Amino acid sequence: MARAISAKLIEDTARELTARAAIDIPPDFRRGVEGARDRERSRLPRFVLDEMLRNWEIATGERRPMCADTGLPRYYVRAGNEAVIEGGFVALERALRKATADATASVPLRPNRVHPLSRVDRNNNVGIHAPEITYAFEPGRDFLDVTTVHKGGLFGSDYRMLFPSDGIPGIRRFFVDALVQFGKRGLACQPAIVGLGIGGAKDTCVRLGKEAACLRVVGSRNPDPEIARLEDELTALGNYIGLGAMGFAGTSMVVATHVEVAFTHTGGMPVGIHQFCLSSRRATARIHPDGRVEFRTDPEWFTDYYRREGVE
Amino acid sequence: MTAAVERLDDVTMDEVHLTTPVSDEDIARLKLGDVVYVSGVLYTAREGVYRKVVGEGRGLPGTVAQLTNVNFHCSPAATVKPDGSYAVEAVTATASFRFGKSMSRWFERSGARVIVGKAGLTETAYREWFVPHGAVYLTTVGYGLGATYGRSISRVLEVHWLRELGIAQALWVLEVDRIGPFLVEGDREGRSLFALANREVNRRLVEVYQELPPPALSRFGETLSRQDEVVL
Repeated sequence: MARAISAKLIEDTARELTARAAIDIPPDFRRGVEGARDRERSRLPRFVLDEMLRNWEIATGERRPMCADTGLPRYYVRAGNEAVIEGGFVALERALRKATADATASVPLRPNRVHPLSRVDRNNNVGIHAPEITYAFEPGRDFLDVTTVHKGGLFGSDYRMLFPSDGIPGIRRFFVDALVQFGKRGLACQPAIVGLGIGGAKDTCVRLGKEAACLRVVGSRNPDPEIARLEDELTALGNYIGLGAMGFAGTSMVVATHVEVAFTHTGGMPVGIHQFCLSSRRATARIHPDGRVEFRTDPEWFTDYYRREGVE
Repeated sequence: MTAAVERLDDVTMDEVHLTTPVSDEDIARLKLGDVVYVSGVLYTAREGVYRKVVGEGRGLPGTVAQLTNVNFHCSPAATVKPDGSYAVEAVTATASFRFGKSMSRWFERSGARVIVGKAGLTETAYREWFVPHGAVYLTTVGYGLGATYGRSISRVLEVHWLRELGIAQALWVLEVDRIGPFLVEGDREGRSLFALANREVNRRLVEVYQELPPPALSRFGETLSRQDEVVL
């Protein structure tokens, strides 16, 4: 029997992850924005990106949240198939909820979570279905990978049912529609990592698009060469349309495009699109049964197993 | 009066330091795209406060209206410590278009003359709701300079409606020292920096969309003009 991962360790780790995500910009994304700044010829968007880069230094130096809209904190948990959690998954979920509530006061995060109708705010970012916890599994491993993502959620996401006859040109068109709709006046807080989920059912493509934006690092490519080419092509297109940071005329709209696919209905091609804002906040920790905890900024969420095509 | 900024290329991005309450003379001098820093006092107010002041007809609480005429559309990443004191570590704006229809009555009741927020409003909105009250709009930069703005908060002077509205929606009165940079987005005449940007972006979009076929299935009610604003 494997040693159980302690619920207390999960809670302590999740609290630390929440602080790191809110304060420290992941280096892959910072490098991507530096590249966008260097390529940007227009004065206003360049000024904006210089200020953003400086803001991240201040955040890390002074341990302040990089953005006061600390988004909707949520978790992605990858459990090794051999991992055992002390108290089971109920204890895991309690630990993540407790860590969220505690970190809201200690970081502090903005208590963004309210009841959607009464607008009641418990001031701790915990509530009905909040924080969201998404699970995936990995064969032959005994650790837990816990990732937290703090994504702003109001502008930049869209869903559309396209059809096989729309093809790649239809995806291109929908991609530009979403960038322009949310890019004018900078509502999307661009430049961002753009995630596209293509296929599956409506909820699948929306989920995959979000995971593609939030859980893949800048510089990663889809292992399918055709999809990887589409990623490059969409990034180039997004930076060609004439929008820059804050919606000023420029070229700094997309830091990277990540595309993930799921097998879908033979008659349809649903697409979900997400823009992870300039404050692309994520942090991951691997918790081992012997109590070791390793922190990192690459969630390594899309494994070969996660993208498997066959029965096994 | 200075020459009007007609194109993005005309923007000189002059650095301007304002102290609160901001005078009519200082407001009149602001040009689109000027880089602004504010010292003195400002307060946060968003949906919850607007509901009370505009919807329920309440005045601004306490002496807020005498202290300052600068309203920040935002809520802080803040907490109330066990000893009752406050920690405000970061502030960033929330999108201002959602307050558009309330702005005229908001100016009447609050006495605000400077709005700091995200993404601005349209020139129509400025002319209809801001210009008659002598008000201007400053946009935050980024967006997401939470730490940059947060470090300029020297103290929390007052917090109002905290229990009823919660931390995010309460009215926080903040003493600030050179908080910025902000950009002048809506000037005293009702011109908008984003409107200038959109005119340039829209010209390019006509060309971009020539290569992009419409989808097989349209959405009911979808706008057909790419020049349309999606905000108020």
